[in-house]
Amino acid sequence: MDGREETGPRCSCLPGPQAQSCCGSTGSAPAEEVRTATSRITLANRLDHLLARWGWNREGHRVEPGLYRLSRPAADSPVFASANYTLSFDALRSALVGVDAWILVLDTKGINVWCAAGKGTFGTDELVRRIRAAGLESVVSHRKIIVPQLGAPGIAAPEVARRSGFAVEYGPVRARDLPEYLKTHTAIPAMRRVEFPIADRIVLAPVELVLALPMFLAAIVLWYLAGPVAALAAASAILTGTVLFPILLPFVPTRDFSTKGLILGAIVALPFAFSFGTSPALPSWAAALSAVTVLLIMPAVVAYLALNFTGSSTFTSRTGVKKEIFRYVPVMAVMVVAGLLAGIALGASRLMGVI
Amino acid sequence: MYDIYTETSLRYDPDRCINCRRCTQVCPHAVFTEGPDRAELARPSACMECGACALNCPVQAITVQSGVGCAWAMIAAALRGKDMDTESSCGGNDGSCCG
Repeated sequence: MDGREETGPRCSCLPGPQAQSCCGSTGSAPAEEVRTATSRITLANRLDHLLARWGWNREGHRVEPGLYRLSRPAADSPVFASANYTLSFDALRSALVGVDAWILVLDTKGINVWCAAGKGTFGTDELVRRIRAAGLESVVSHRKIIVPQLGAPGIAAPEVARRSGFAVEYGPVRARDLPEYLKTHTAIPAMRRVEFPIADRIVLAPVELVLALPMFLAAIVLWYLAGPVAALAAASAILTGTVLFPILLPFVPTRDFSTKGLILGAIVALPFAFSFGTSPALPSWAAALSAVTVLLIMPAVVAYLALNFTGSSTFTSRTGVKKEIFRYVPVMAVMVVAGLLAGIALGASRLMGVI
Repeated sequence: MYDIYTETSLRYDPDRCINCRRCTQVCPHAVFTEGPDRAELARPSACMECGACALNCPVQAITVQSGVGCAWAMIAAALRGKDMDTESSCGGNDGSCCG
């Protein structure tokens, strides 16, 4: 975070950057201090972003909630709302290079704007509370606050206006569009649309991978039970579901994540199935059963990981995901159980010296 | 086939619409578009049920059972014996996909 805490009183009649004097204001005296932020992203900020992307200390990437001064804002400067997640806050302040503004940071418990809006922490109550706590009505002469569009699932603009007197203006989806938006305070349709380009999908892969780390234990166990190729197959399935799937998401046929995962898993499983199925060290029935085992388990594992990527995507609905769970998770379970039974039969045959 | 996302809980009553265009501003998937007299429901199957339109509609012309389309959260809730629709929590917990 590049926000520095200001120790002096916020509301001051003294000249200076905070020259938006509250003298003569009808508002109540501000209760909270105003911190200072810049638009500069430091090396420490970038390291923080990297750690956040890798899921390190998930809830620890926070900035202090409250009002921030960016550059030299005056009473007529715009007010922006943000979350107290460093990536959200930093995206906003770094997009406002050369803009004098106020930033009102809501306490979203270190969660980004969109997810926090879905949870309600980036919500009407918190926004109204922060407006009051900051004494915003005595800081600025206007009554407008620019809220990121993706905060809208948590914000009832009519209620905010009624309770605080501040009108909510929804800014663009992406903070980087703010300079253009601020010229007219109008968002062109492209600024209102959420896309899910490959760059956005790739940055999510590390967290997916970290969350799936315990699954790599299965690969280690398989190394001892069934050899390095089986271990490699397990690791490949996990990497396919967590890294390859997000990258290839729009290119895999079907819209359902589960079927996308089944298709991708089957493709990745084919070389392994071929390897086991043509193994000269195994009798034909065992080779065939080994290939079937791979073709049952790998697609199911990839499909399950793919299904879990719905929460990271930008377009899946609750209704649709619920249907996916009820339609496809039983299929995945049957495939895994059948594959495990086949694998156990192969292992038992090996122990008994049959193969 | 293999597109389970065609149905959503989004409902729109155009007779109530006062054409304030708020829904077109908050929807991230252009489900609503501006019409001459009222908002038009242009892409209903693209709705992700975030609830932004309904929450910001000043005349309650829109209803939707909002929630987060996150399988991880819904399965976790089901495994804990909780309701998948109302008690699944996405974000803010270790192991969740939200950051």
